[in-house]
Amino acid sequence: MLKLDGVTKVYRIGAFGGQTMTAVDEAGFEIKPGEVVSLIGESGSGKSTIGKMVLRLLPPTSGTISIDGRDVRQIGKRDYYRKVQGVFQDPFSSYNPVFKADRVFTMIREVYFKGVPDKEWTAKIEAALDAVRLSPGAVLNKFPHQLSGGQLQRLLIARALLLDIEYLVADEIISMLDASTRIDVLNLLADLKQRGLGVLFITHDLALGNYISERTVVLHKGRIVEYGPTDAVFEQPEHAYTRKLLASVPQLHTKWEDAS
Amino acid sequence: MTLEVDDLRVYYRTLKGDVQALDGVSFGLRDGEILGLAGESGCGKTTLGKALIRLDGRMKHVGGSVTLDGQVLPIGEDAKMNPYRFKQVSLIPQYSMSAMNPTRKIGRMVRELLESRREKLDLDELHKRLELVELPKDVLGKYPIELSGGMKQRMVMVISTLLNPSLLIADEITSALDVSTQKAVVTTLKGFRDRGFVKSMIFITHDISLTNQLADTIMVMYAGKLAEKAPASTVVNAPKHPYTQLLISSLPEVGVRYADKRLTGIPGNPPSLLKPEPGCRFRARCPLAFEKCAEDPPPVEVEKDHVVACWKAA
Repeated sequence: MLKLDGVTKVYRIGAFGGQTMTAVDEAGFEIKPGEVVSLIGESGSGKSTIGKMVLRLLPPTSGTISIDGRDVRQIGKRDYYRKVQGVFQDPFSSYNPVFKADRVFTMIREVYFKGVPDKEWTAKIEAALDAVRLSPGAVLNKFPHQLSGGQLQRLLIARALLLDIEYLVADEIISMLDASTRIDVLNLLADLKQRGLGVLFITHDLALGNYISERTVVLHKGRIVEYGPTDAVFEQPEHAYTRKLLASVPQLHTKWEDAS
Repeated sequence: MTLEVDDLRVYYRTLKGDVQALDGVSFGLRDGEILGLAGESGCGKTTLGKALIRLDGRMKHVGGSVTLDGQVLPIGEDAKMNPYRFKQVSLIPQYSMSAMNPTRKIGRMVRELLESRREKLDLDELHKRLELVELPKDVLGKYPIELSGGMKQRMVMVISTLLNPSLLIADEITSALDVSTQKAVVTTLKGFRDRGFVKSMIFITHDISLTNQLADTIMVMYAGKLAEKAPASTVVNAPKHPYTQLLISSLPEVGVRYADKRLTGIPGNPPSLLKPEPGCRFRARCPLAFEKCAEDPPPVEVEKDHVVACWKAA
């Protein structure tokens, strides 16, 4: 279980860092294996900051993040990244355009699987690609610009799977994708959770959170205003902010005027 | 009819040849109508919006005509379009954050802008419109950097519509905004139409649920061609083109319990527009495709105001 407990992040801003801004204020929630927790909030609510802290790209100012009861700061980064990996918003800038896209796999091999023989490695890659429903012929040995956004994003998930991770931080991974392909990536996350992966799904799109997640965390100005099972949050929101947010979502079959 | 677009073709020049980004699109826009233009990236929706106001250097007007209020717009000729821009056709740019001159106070910028069009600034009217979008009068004495993102967006909306254009083009103006700001912007746009500041509007977005909140008519494009055009409620509830049907059914919604139910996407990718094969451009991904799809399906009016370009729907 990945657990955040009273996590706070204060940024220094302004010239010479004279002022401070609290981006995340006493956030606490947990992600169990095999479940998707969506973290919903508007821009500036601190949702990406939480993602970065879980990925240890930023240290929390106070509070602890623990994995199976162990504070993550006691775990070496090399070991930690075998358990937790992230995928980010823009698949087109996540790759170096000079190299072929499958270099992301080779880089993993150089760090973690130096002694693995070629044959075993190929089998491992094929298994990972199979898990994200990509055929090796279609994506291996290609440059990033030859692949679609959905394929690139799935390659990055496959890369994370090579490490047999337990938790995935998915920070707005489908907001750059087209409507007809984004649902495939979402369904992929749903498959992975059945294999026991815990996913922190960061999004600003409430409809996506509603579709995929078991539990939902609503953030407002760095504070958690609502936290609970997705059905409860969406059907009986307790906090005024959640209600306001839900009322502003454009819905396909009802117009705003009819709803109010 | 405010706007009539007839068989418009705009290509992009590249080293490998012409990209047929907009390939024979025809439609009309009535007085007071808001048209929502929806489609995936690369379908030609932005190209269509740009073609109506300014073609950039890479774009080439290959054929077709645009008529606004009975006058033919010289869209292929940059200099001749100048008298129409801002007065007859106006645009709200996508990046309103950087659309204003950062070195001028906003009031002075607006005055200079109007002078360049030989128009006088009607300060009372400007104040009235600022009030309408809930901006204080003193923003005119401020620099753009002093405004928040949402305020800048509203200021740009006021400037774009100041001369009461016949046609307003709003290209993806809400894609960078939060849901609550999105709602405010869409409501304001609707208010502009209802008060007669703009006669008709083209609202370009990839978000069909949002378009449905605002538009009277929705036009769905695919790979540079019109796929379907119908009143908004028809597109959402009873689409006829297979692409629209698949697109609508792949959208997750708030207020629906999914549990173990899965939505499906559309397999495959849109075709390259460099040298597209003749015939329906959706046929490689279409579950209903048959031999006849090797021929180009013409847009056919299947019911009143409902145009579909598909052999199966006609």
